Amino acid sequence: MSVGIVSYGAYIPRYRIKIEEIAKVWGNNANSIIDGLMVYEKSVPDMDEDTITIAVEAARNAINRAGINPEKIGAIYTGSESHPYAVKPTSTVVAEAVGATPNLTSADFEFACKAGTAAIQACMGLVGSDMIELGMAIGSDVAQGAPGDALEYTAAAGGVAYIIGKKKTIANIESTYSYTTDTPDFWRREGMPYPEHGGRFTGEPGYFKHVTSAAKGLMERMGTKPSDYDYAVFHQPNGKFPTRVAKILGFSNEQIKQGLVVTRLGNTYSGSCMMGLAATLDIAKPGDRIFMTAFGSGAGSDAFSMTVTDRIDETRNGAPSVEQLLANPIYINYATYAKHKGKIKL
Amino acid sequence: MRDVAIIGVGCTEFGELWDKSFRELFVEAGISAIEDANVQGGKIDALYVGNMSGGRFIEQEHLGALIADYSGLASLHVPSTRVEAACASGGLALRQGIIAVASGYHDIVIAGGAEKMTDVGVETTTDALAAAADREWEGIMGATFPGLYAMIARLHMHKYGTTQEQLASVAVKNHHNGAMNPIAQFQNEISIETVINSVMVADPLHVFDCSPITDGASAVVLAPADIAHKYTDTPIYVKASAQASGTLSLHDRPDITTLDATVAAANRAYKMAKLTPRDIDFAEVHDCFTIAEICAIEDLGFVKKGEGGKASESGMTALGGDIPINTSGGLKACGHPVGATGVKQAIEVALQLRGEAGKRQVDGAKIGLTHNVGGSGGTAVVHIFSRER
Repeated sequence: MSVGIVSYGAYIPRYRIKIEEIAKVWGNNANSIIDGLMVYEKSVPDMDEDTITIAVEAARNAINRAGINPEKIGAIYTGSESHPYAVKPTSTVVAEAVGATPNLTSADFEFACKAGTAAIQACMGLVGSDMIELGMAIGSDVAQGAPGDALEYTAAAGGVAYIIGKKKTIANIESTYSYTTDTPDFWRREGMPYPEHGGRFTGEPGYFKHVTSAAKGLMERMGTKPSDYDYAVFHQPNGKFPTRVAKILGFSNEQIKQGLVVTRLGNTYSGSCMMGLAATLDIAKPGDRIFMTAFGSGAGSDAFSMTVTDRIDETRNGAPSVEQLLANPIYINYATYAKHKGKIKL
Repeated sequence: MRDVAIIGVGCTEFGELWDKSFRELFVEAGISAIEDANVQGGKIDALYVGNMSGGRFIEQEHLGALIADYSGLASLHVPSTRVEAACASGGLALRQGIIAVASGYHDIVIAGGAEKMTDVGVETTTDALAAAADREWEGIMGATFPGLYAMIARLHMHKYGTTQEQLASVAVKNHHNGAMNPIAQFQNEISIETVINSVMVADPLHVFDCSPITDGASAVVLAPADIAHKYTDTPIYVKASAQASGTLSLHDRPDITTLDATVAAANRAYKMAKLTPRDIDFAEVHDCFTIAEICAIEDLGFVKKGEGGKASESGMTALGGDIPINTSGGLKACGHPVGATGVKQAIEVALQLRGEAGKRQVDGAKIGLTHNVGGSGGTAVVHIFSRER
C-alpha cells in the first residue's frame, strides 16, 4: 500500500494589496514591475493573524475535508520562515487547536520556501515505516519583505496543510527526490526583521539550478517525461520563474496554469508550491498525474510525482477551494497594509 | 625606446560567472594568453594587473601578489604590480606593461585586468563604482555614474539636439556586434524600442543605455617588437600609448559634454603614431553609457563635436560603416568587468588586426584604436595598434 495525500486544506487571509499601491509609495513603475514579476496583487494578514493562526485554519480545513479524526494524527510538522517564536514551536499550538494532542510527535521546520514539502517527506517516511498512521505537514507564512525592497511586491500570507497516510488517499505519491546544496541566495539572520537576498543570484544559481535538477532527477529515476503529467506545479516566488522553468523542462503553459496562483496571491513562501498543488487538486479528476517541484533558498528543491485516486471526488466539497479563498478580497491601501504587517513601530 | 608588440591574447567569457572566483578568472585569462603566445612561465619578466576595487568587491587587496602566486610565478619571484585608475585600470595596466618593455627594463610582460563584481549586492557594487567619482563633491551628494552621465546626456541633447533614439542606436549596434562575440555577456539583438521602453535609471538613460555589472578577466603578452616573430606570425604592434588626466569632478569641466582627458590622450596618441583620426580603421571606445560612446567618437576626432548622435544613428559606426566602433559589443553588450575592460579592448583590436574576429571581422582592418576612461573622465587612456610595424 503506497503512501499518499489523505486530505488537504488551505487558508488565505482576505486582505489584498495591489502592486500599483506599493509601487506608488516607492515611486516605482508599476507596469514594469507587473510585467517583470507577473504578479498583480498579494495577500495581507489581518492585524491578529500570524503563521500559527494561518496554520491552524489550514489544518482545520484539511481535517474537515476528509472527516479525519485528529487523534489519529501521529505527527504535525509546520514549515515556515516566519514562525512567531524563535524558541517555542508553532506545531504544538496547531496540534492543541485541532485536537491532536498529546499522543503525537511534533516539530517546526525551516527551509526558506520549501520547509512545507520537507515536512511532507518526513511524514511520508513515518507513515511508510508504520511509525504513525497519519502525519500532517503544513507550510505557512506571513512572509517578510523590507519596505521598499523588491520582495515587498510579492511577500504574501497563506498556508496549506496536507495529511499524509496510506488508507483512503486522494492522491498517491509515487516518488519524491530532492536536490540540495549550500547556496546562500537568500537569508535572514537571528534577530533581523527582514530577509536579505543576493539580487540576481537568487535566479540562475538558486531557483533554476535546483528546480531543474530536482525535476529532471525525479523524472530520470521514474522514467517519466513532462507529457506523462496532466498538471505541473513549481515553486512560485513570482509568475515568471515557474513559467520559465516549466518551459525549460518541457512542460506547457496549459499544464501549469491551474496551479499558478501567485499572480493573484503573491508568494506565500512555505505555502507557495503547496498552494499551487491544492488549487490543482481542487479540480483534478481520478487518474490525473501531477508533478510538483518546490524550491527553498539556501538551497534545495523537492520534487514529487503523484496520481489522483477515485476518492478525490468524495472530499471535493469538504473544505473551501483555493478559488473560493481567493474570491471576495478586501483591498487595502499601503498605510493599512503597513499597520497590518506591523511595519509601523510605536 | 623600443617598439613593443602584443604576441598573445587571452580572455575569459564575460558575464555573471557565479562559479568562478577572482583568482580563477585571472589565471584562466593569463594561461590562455601565454598559450596563445607560446611563452613559457620562466620567460615572464613582470606582471601588471588592472583592478579597480578588489577591496570592495571581494574584500581582497594585494592583488598583484595573489595573481603572481596563483599563476605559479611566485616561486620564480616575478614582480607583479596592481594598477588602479577606476574603469581605466585595464588600459593603464596595459600602458604600464608597454612602458616597461619599451624602456628595456623588461622583455616579456603580461598585462591584464580582472574584476569580480557579482559577489556583492548591487548597492555595494554601485557604491564601489561611485568611488571613481569625487566622493566629497559628487558621491556624498548622491551622484552615482548613471546620474553623472545622465547630466552629460541632457546637456548634449540640449546643445546639439541629440535624441533618445540616437542614444538607443548605440546600444542596438553594440548588441548586434555582441551577438557575434562568443565571450560577450549579452549575445542578443535588441531594438530601439527595447531601449526606450526599458526601465528608466537616470533620465534620459534607460537600463539598456547602461553597461552591466560583469565578472571577467583579460590578458595580453607583450614583447619587444624585435623578437616578436620568435613567438608569433601575427604580432600586433603598439603604435601609440597615451594617457591623460582630467578633473575628477564633472562640474569642474569647462564643457561637460567633452571629456578633456580623452581629447588630450587622443592628441598625444595621434602625434606619437604620426596618424590622424582619418587613418583609424576601427575603434573600441569606452561606452559605459550610450552617451559616453557618442562623446567618445567626437572627442577622438572621428566626428565633429555634437554630431556623435547623428553619426551613430546613420550607421557610420556600425560594422561595414565608415569607422566601426565597438565590434566586440563594447562595454554595453560584451560586459564591463571594470579592471578587465581596457585590456579586452586591446584584445578585440588584436583579433581584428590578425583577421581572427570571425563574423564581426572588419574588412581590411589595419589600424585600430582603443579608448578607456576612468570615472567621468578623470583618466583617459588611448592606444593605437597596427598590423605593420
